[in-house]
Amino acid sequence: MNVPLYEKIWMWAAGGIIVAFTTTVLVAGIGSALVPPSHIETIDPATVWRDGRFAKQGVTVSPTGATVIAVGMMFAFLPAEIHVPAGRPVTFRMTSADVTHGFLIVGTNANTMLVPGYVSQFTTTFRQQGEYLIVCNEYCGLSHHLMSARLIVEEARP
Amino acid sequence: MIRSSRLAVANLWVAILAFGVASAMAFMQALSRAALELPWRSAKMYYLSVTAHGTLMALVFTTFFIMAFGYVVAERTLGRPVPHRGLAWTGFWVALAGTLAAVAAILSGKATVLYTFYPPLKAHPAFYIGATLLVVGSWIWGFVVIRSYLLWKREHVGQPAPLALHGTLATVIVWLIATVGVAAEMLFLLIPWSLGFTKTVDPELARMLFWYFGHPLVYFWLLPAYVVWYTVLPRVAGGKLFSDPLARLVFVLFIILSTPVGFHHQFMDPGIPAAWKLFHAILTFGILFPSFVTAFTVTASLEVAGRMHGATGLLDWLKRLPWGDPLVASVLLSMLLFAVGGIGGAINAAYGMNAVVHNTAWIQGHFHLTVGSATALTFMGTAYWLLPRLTGRELELGLLAKVQPYLWFVGMVLFSISNHITGLMGMPRRIYDATYGGAAAAQAWRGLTGISAVGGLFLFASAGFFMLVMLGTGLAGRKREPEPIEWAEPLEPSSPKATLLDRYGLWTLVAVALVLIAYAYPLWSHLHMQRFGSPGYTPF
Repeated sequence: MNVPLYEKIWMWAAGGIIVAFTTTVLVAGIGSALVPPSHIETIDPATVWRDGRFAKQGVTVSPTGATVIAVGMMFAFLPAEIHVPAGRPVTFRMTSADVTHGFLIVGTNANTMLVPGYVSQFTTTFRQQGEYLIVCNEYCGLSHHLMSARLIVEEARP
Repeated sequence: MIRSSRLAVANLWVAILAFGVASAMAFMQALSRAALELPWRSAKMYYLSVTAHGTLMALVFTTFFIMAFGYVVAERTLGRPVPHRGLAWTGFWVALAGTLAAVAAILSGKATVLYTFYPPLKAHPAFYIGATLLVVGSWIWGFVVIRSYLLWKREHVGQPAPLALHGTLATVIVWLIATVGVAAEMLFLLIPWSLGFTKTVDPELARMLFWYFGHPLVYFWLLPAYVVWYTVLPRVAGGKLFSDPLARLVFVLFIILSTPVGFHHQFMDPGIPAAWKLFHAILTFGILFPSFVTAFTVTASLEVAGRMHGATGLLDWLKRLPWGDPLVASVLLSMLLFAVGGIGGAINAAYGMNAVVHNTAWIQGHFHLTVGSATALTFMGTAYWLLPRLTGRELELGLLAKVQPYLWFVGMVLFSISNHITGLMGMPRRIYDATYGGAAAAQAWRGLTGISAVGGLFLFASAGFFMLVMLGTGLAGRKREPEPIEWAEPLEPSSPKATLLDRYGLWTLVAVALVLIAYAYPLWSHLHMQRFGSPGYTPF
């Protein structure tokens, strides 16, 4: 194929950009600096409230961090207010009791789907103390826009 | 009307009418988001109109327009009517019946599941069956287009398909591979479940099948627009196509890369291993390449046009382009918007950055630049060019047609930029009300949602202009001998012999192989783990 010089240069540049994009994603992904929530664990959505993993929602704080157990349902998150320590890794373990929901902590990159039948899990660290808005970001019914919760990041107690 | 054009015209009118209804639904949403107190404003109305807008625009308007254009390309590039006319008409009626069933379910409030219809939200069976019939109708269209090519090829052994048909065949192949996913989702999961034959459905499996279909769907929308950019735009702008073989290469790359990328819509999903998401992300970056090449080739073709109009300086060819022609203006503006949308797409695909924008207003900002501009605005421009040539009627209200693309551009800039920003600020997409009980974070979105609504008003006015021109032309346009439908000549005469780039069977095999590599193992292992289904919910 006879490709004119300028277009050749353009095509090499486009290839270079793509290689650069791919490299950044590969470095971040393989180096585990940035991995999307991809936990694989299933749960019977009919028995979420009785299941030992989710029967009790809330936050467990330890010296090394915290674990949040939360459930999404039409049209609320339980618990509706989550307190976590600043500067320490916080692991969220969540699922849905009915339809598919989303979980987004506004102003952060903490974002995951809550798919019924599956456990979503990710770990993140909040450096800024303060109050954050949590919203459902997947349409779940007529009151979807009312489904929210609060996250309060507090000073870590030693 | 020329007899053989009727099939195309029928498809075109369904597309235009669907677009009109869908635009009205969009207007409703824009006003809701701006929190204007209107008497009919309610959550039920809002989510219903989001569903109707998404389904009618993304699935009905696009599919019928693409079918209309595909028939035009097959007939006019080969110079013969399409074969199997009875079958082709059957396909049209099947698709139309399906569309009407799905729309009836949506408008009666029994299918407010949005156009992504993720279970366990459960719609009326008419919605799923109707959508499936639309796809079945489009398969018949695909079969007829392929048969037209094969019958022509028998008499033209060793010749390459004309470029417009090459792009259309690529569209058909992408569509046939893609719709396997949605057909499986509908036939094995959603239809039996909505009819009560099965009690539960696995929502994650449904999402995997949906996005197997959902991403190549965007290339099904985009490739016919590219066919217009490569084979109609240079001609109407008064120039020539810069490179025929590179255009062919672009379409072949889309055949290969369109489908094995669906997990990049599911980065935030549980139940899919991160390594497979990474693999899909990398292939997604590969698809940037044919679009980069398109940007160059189409721009170079426009420069050729400007120089043929007498431009001599570095950039004055831009001024020499016929910016007052509705097709040229539509396509040029859609390309500008798509340049931004394409880069946004690379951000969405970027694995980690996706976490910041996933399911936020950024996403609707993004895809209104791609399907809402690159595709929709190009199709509107194409309709101005096509309808008079098919029906032998003069374009009526020509001034509105000249203004309309610019209104769309302004509206889309306001709408899209404000949504990109509110998305980065964490505002979810698809919400009736964005106040969240007066939360501070939500307060910050307010001015921008207002700008987005103003953009919506511009877009609605633009859509209204388009509808007036179409209806005026179709119903009252002065009859006359139609101008011919002509395709752009390449700058250098194209090869008289078919090359490797014209081996559709081979490239389809490569595409299928890549799909198997990207999907076979993740799907197999998903089906073999312990899974629990969900019953249906109808919270609408």
